[in-house]
Amino acid sequence: MSIKLQHLKKTYDNGEEVLTDINTVIEDGQFYVLVGASGSGKSTILNAVAGFIPVTEGQILIGDKDVTNLPPKDRNLAMVFQNYALMPNLTVAENIVFGLKARHVDKNIQQERLAEVLDAVHLTEYQHKRPTNLSGGQRQRVSLARALVSDAKVVLMDEPLSNLDAKLRAEMRREIRSLQQALGLTVIYVTHDQTEAMTMGDKVMLLNQGKIEQIGAPLDLYNHPVNTFVADFFGSPAINLLDATIANSKLTLGNGHSFKFNQTLEGPVKVGIRPENVHIYPGGSMNGKVTFVEPLGDGTNLAVDIGAGQLMRMKVSEQLLLNVGDDVRFDVVLDQMMLFDAKTEQLLSVGQAENIAV
Amino acid sequence: MHKRQNLLAFGLLFPSILVLGTFVFYPMIKTFWLSTQTTDLMGNPINSVGFKNFTNLFNSEIFRTSITVTLIFVLVTTVVTVVLAYWLAILASSKLKGIGFFRTIFSATMGISVTVASILWLFMFNPQIGMFSRILAFLHLPDINWLSDPVWALVAIIGTTVWMNLGFSFLILLGAVQAIPEDLYQVADLNGASKWLRLTKITLPATEPTVFFVTVVTLINAFQTFGQVDILTAGGPDYHTNLLVYSIYQDAFVNHAVGRASAESVVLTVIIMVVTFIQFYLNKRKAARYAD
Repeated sequence: MSIKLQHLKKTYDNGEEVLTDINTVIEDGQFYVLVGASGSGKSTILNAVAGFIPVTEGQILIGDKDVTNLPPKDRNLAMVFQNYALMPNLTVAENIVFGLKARHVDKNIQQERLAEVLDAVHLTEYQHKRPTNLSGGQRQRVSLARALVSDAKVVLMDEPLSNLDAKLRAEMRREIRSLQQALGLTVIYVTHDQTEAMTMGDKVMLLNQGKIEQIGAPLDLYNHPVNTFVADFFGSPAINLLDATIANSKLTLGNGHSFKFNQTLEGPVKVGIRPENVHIYPGGSMNGKVTFVEPLGDGTNLAVDIGAGQLMRMKVSEQLLLNVGDDVRFDVVLDQMMLFDAKTEQLLSVGQAENIAV
Repeated sequence: MHKRQNLLAFGLLFPSILVLGTFVFYPMIKTFWLSTQTTDLMGNPINSVGFKNFTNLFNSEIFRTSITVTLIFVLVTTVVTVVLAYWLAILASSKLKGIGFFRTIFSATMGISVTVASILWLFMFNPQIGMFSRILAFLHLPDINWLSDPVWALVAIIGTTVWMNLGFSFLILLGAVQAIPEDLYQVADLNGASKWLRLTKITLPATEPTVFFVTVVTLINAFQTFGQVDILTAGGPDYHTNLLVYSIYQDAFVNHAVGRASAESVVLTVIIMVVTFIQFYLNKRKAARYAD
């Protein structure tokens, strides 16, 4: 079932605007991620879709039906919560069929569906335990099972993995994604974690202070961010945003290093270089002093002082035996280099610079 | 070294040992001892009579009435207080505008002394000018002699006590109801769960430990009721509101039968102990059930 959000607005009684004009279409079967820092409005959108909070303006359509003023139970949704929202007094099985019981579904059908979803989340042997006796990952799988058992085609997920440890989180990311694809569910997934947004989403909406910064496929947001905020949000370590100027088809960094520039642009700009778009090798045309090294095993993160107070974060896939204070020579992958307007911080171009022939 | 540590420990414990010993343990032990004595008018023991005070008590019609009305009073007061306080707590936990006003009003009885409250109710129960008689007259119902009818007098005392205990129970239960995670109710909302299902599967189980606590406190408070009886009925009519603590007071300081009063105190202590043990046993059994 597709979901349309049209001109959604939410203003609190004290006049604080938490959502400003949210528009998007979530296609049937899509894994749609709402990502942003806390206070960005992502959970507000989810709660509005669920019907837990009224919106100030705008419409919410689920499968062409206007549900803006319907109570949650009439929206045919299921939800997975950050803190699992399991009733501690009920067993796993009782928790899962809670919704079916509330909807007076036939007891035999309840048991049938229960068996199916228990199998899907691998919890069959835990069905008579109580949530307090399960691990965090198991609890979240119970919560997932409760969402699946309802047979709702739209599932809302509110930071479901944020209380799990890193290893389990990676495992659950795959598990949720494959369940979603196998069952053809439409999922709206709220997270503050850029990795979850990148790895799980078919489409990602990045929010900032109640406004949409950009909507697109994860790699689009990574490779063609509309502004420095989006560029800075995705990627770890974060993108390098260096002050530079363009004059006479020449792009000059703060340290004096120049590139040939093909577009008719003049004036101050911000250059965006992803840490991984750097080659470190003895013949590199740029140089700097290492200020910090982080050996990762499968690669190395480092920061290099390139002069004029500019620091550049780099990420290479080799184990580099470098020490703080060492000189390194490197080149930048130019067809991935981004240019942003220095004032508006909007993207101007990607990959328009060239090395000047030496 | 060891000795010095022991000395330090004793030094630190001494203030509380002194206070507890003077005001709790010594009177308690003395009460047990006095319950086996007959005493003169000043309360000094004359001679030892063994368990005679107790056998006299249980053969006394007055004491048996006292025990019966005390048990009825405690049971009804506790149940009504907790149920009413719980209902108010659920009402007051809703997120309506101006709900803070009602929360303050509902818990306000906590700040009123027993004497003031009792006198207030004494006026309301007054057969000529009292509010309740006026209401009955207005509805053309037969008049009730609130404080001089054996049954209605007990009802009056129960009503007063419930009203007085309500504030505390309400406040504690409100805290518990408000601490229930919102997302549990969101699960209920998504599935359109009925009010009954919400109450029995979410609200009640989540607040059970607090309900237990409030029940124990209300129960023990009810056993110790004194002021209301003294001001409203003085134990009458015909001993039908002669609650145990009031009876103890009467025997000790009006009838000067300190031995008998001590025996009654021992009986009260034993009753409260037994009831408390039963409650904790039930609670423990419940906890054990949750553990699997």
